[in-house]
Amino acid sequence: MSNPQKYTQGILKKATWNSPEQEVTPEQVFNDRRAIVKALGLGAIGASLPGHVQAGIFDLFGKKDAQPSFITTDLTFKQNSRYTTEETLTPYEKVSRHNNFYEFGTAKHEPANNARKFKVDPWKLVIEGEVDHPITLDLDDLTQLIALEERTYRLRCVEAWSMVVPWVGFPLAALLKKAGVKTSATHVAFETLFDPEQMPGQKNRLMGGGIHYPYVEGLTIEEAMNDLSFMAVGLYGKTLPPQNGAPIRLVVPWKYGFKSIKSIVRIRVMDKQPPTSWNQLASHEYGFYANVNPKVSHPRWSQASERRITEGGLFSATRIPTQMFNGYGEYVSDLYKGMNLREYY
Amino acid sequence: MRLSPRSVLLLKVVFHFIGLVPIAYLLLLVLNDQAGGDPVQFIIHYTGMGTINAVVATLLISPLAKQLKLAALMQTRRLVGLYAFVYGLLHIAAFVSFDLLFAWSFLLEEIIKRPYIMVGTAGFVILLLLAVTSPKFMMRKLGRRWQKLHNAIYLLAILAPVHFYWSVKSEIIEPSIYIGVFIFLLGYRAVTRGWFAKKPHPKAVNSTTNASPSPNHASRSAGTSGR
Repeated sequence: MSNPQKYTQGILKKATWNSPEQEVTPEQVFNDRRAIVKALGLGAIGASLPGHVQAGIFDLFGKKDAQPSFITTDLTFKQNSRYTTEETLTPYEKVSRHNNFYEFGTAKHEPANNARKFKVDPWKLVIEGEVDHPITLDLDDLTQLIALEERTYRLRCVEAWSMVVPWVGFPLAALLKKAGVKTSATHVAFETLFDPEQMPGQKNRLMGGGIHYPYVEGLTIEEAMNDLSFMAVGLYGKTLPPQNGAPIRLVVPWKYGFKSIKSIVRIRVMDKQPPTSWNQLASHEYGFYANVNPKVSHPRWSQASERRITEGGLFSATRIPTQMFNGYGEYVSDLYKGMNLREYY
Repeated sequence: MRLSPRSVLLLKVVFHFIGLVPIAYLLLLVLNDQAGGDPVQFIIHYTGMGTINAVVATLLISPLAKQLKLAALMQTRRLVGLYAFVYGLLHIAAFVSFDLLFAWSFLLEEIIKRPYIMVGTAGFVILLLLAVTSPKFMMRKLGRRWQKLHNAIYLLAILAPVHFYWSVKSEIIEPSIYIGVFIFLLGYRAVTRGWFAKKPHPKAVNSTTNASPSPNHASRSAGTSGR
């Protein structure tokens, strides 16, 4: 992390994907593929056979428990009564198995399988830039430095599906205040871990969906200091599983999901707008702000409604109208007063 | 080489197997809750890939029959093509039922607002028309027009990969590979059937303009190599 070259890859400059060594497919990718095939459950078929033959053919696919899964631990926290909802929560099994985390593969079910062995200990989160005193947090600090609270937020993906998720964490503002934001600050940049050994999507372009890693995101300083901006370390009362952004992620519920960057290693307070990954990739489709807005369509699809992923089986989903700012207008609409949201999408 | 009727039958059984097993596998995955936390996108993507693979397989048959000198292979083409329709039907059914949840008015809006869905819909209409006119009696009834209609598969060979490429957020490598495959399949025909070959104009023999790849040229050559 202290390697200065790595430092310039992310929120400051793009560099890694230009290097020619990224283009060769290392032997390890081949080995990883085998691990993936195993993780997809093909190994489990064989393993589960003897004991379950009598239980019938459908059991051939079950028994994921045979795979070592990521360990999550209980967290201590208070409920924040301001951020609760009457809406039905999306069950943990769906929140943790339907993920966009291209570092672990582009298909929704891949991160849960490919991130099983993700190491979060040791972890280092650096807060630096336009701050009075840069700080570095380790894994324990993430859950102990600031009192944890639970908030239930709606999550609206830019792909027009949504969930309702109980997160555990602390306000981003509380963290930034620990470092002391200078008056020169205008924006905050975030960076995901860059570790191709652990993240097959960063190693192999076919798996990583063509994103320029490490993944970077950003907010204006006003957005970052807004009480809604949340640093989540947990989900359903336990520490985050890797596919949901372990050990620490951003949650900005009035913006499309891709703004809520996962597995953060660096937060840099800046005096200019930082680059953001999806915006770099397709600026006409993904803006810097990316506020949920049913009136502004994605160039290729409508954002007027969303499919809510909720309890129950295949037929249980509902299609509901998308709300402006994902229903959080009372908290954030002031941030965008007088702004043309069609232009600043 | 000649294939015995028995071998052709065996080949057909194998192709049915290849077509049906992935559907059974998908069903097992879904019933066992192994199609991800939200199986909707999984099913739509899976059946979409099935459709595009079946279209590739259909378009591979006549080049293979020619290269391997196995004319009897052509007898399996309709069956493979019909699987493209079956997967396409499942793909659209999954989209309309599981994703749109039968919001028909919304469907209309979606078709307009999402150009890739319009392209996909056009592709499905082609598959539907070809499937409906695939029985032998329809072939007899339509006569020469049958081949003309079925040349629409070449349009599908363009629409299908465009729909795929257009639908993804950033993972364009796989759809790009498919575009390459379809260009190869169409290019092979263009070369072997002389779609772009210079042909003397029936009246003005001096004319040097290239013959356009009109359906007529395609139909004539496809007609001879087709059966």
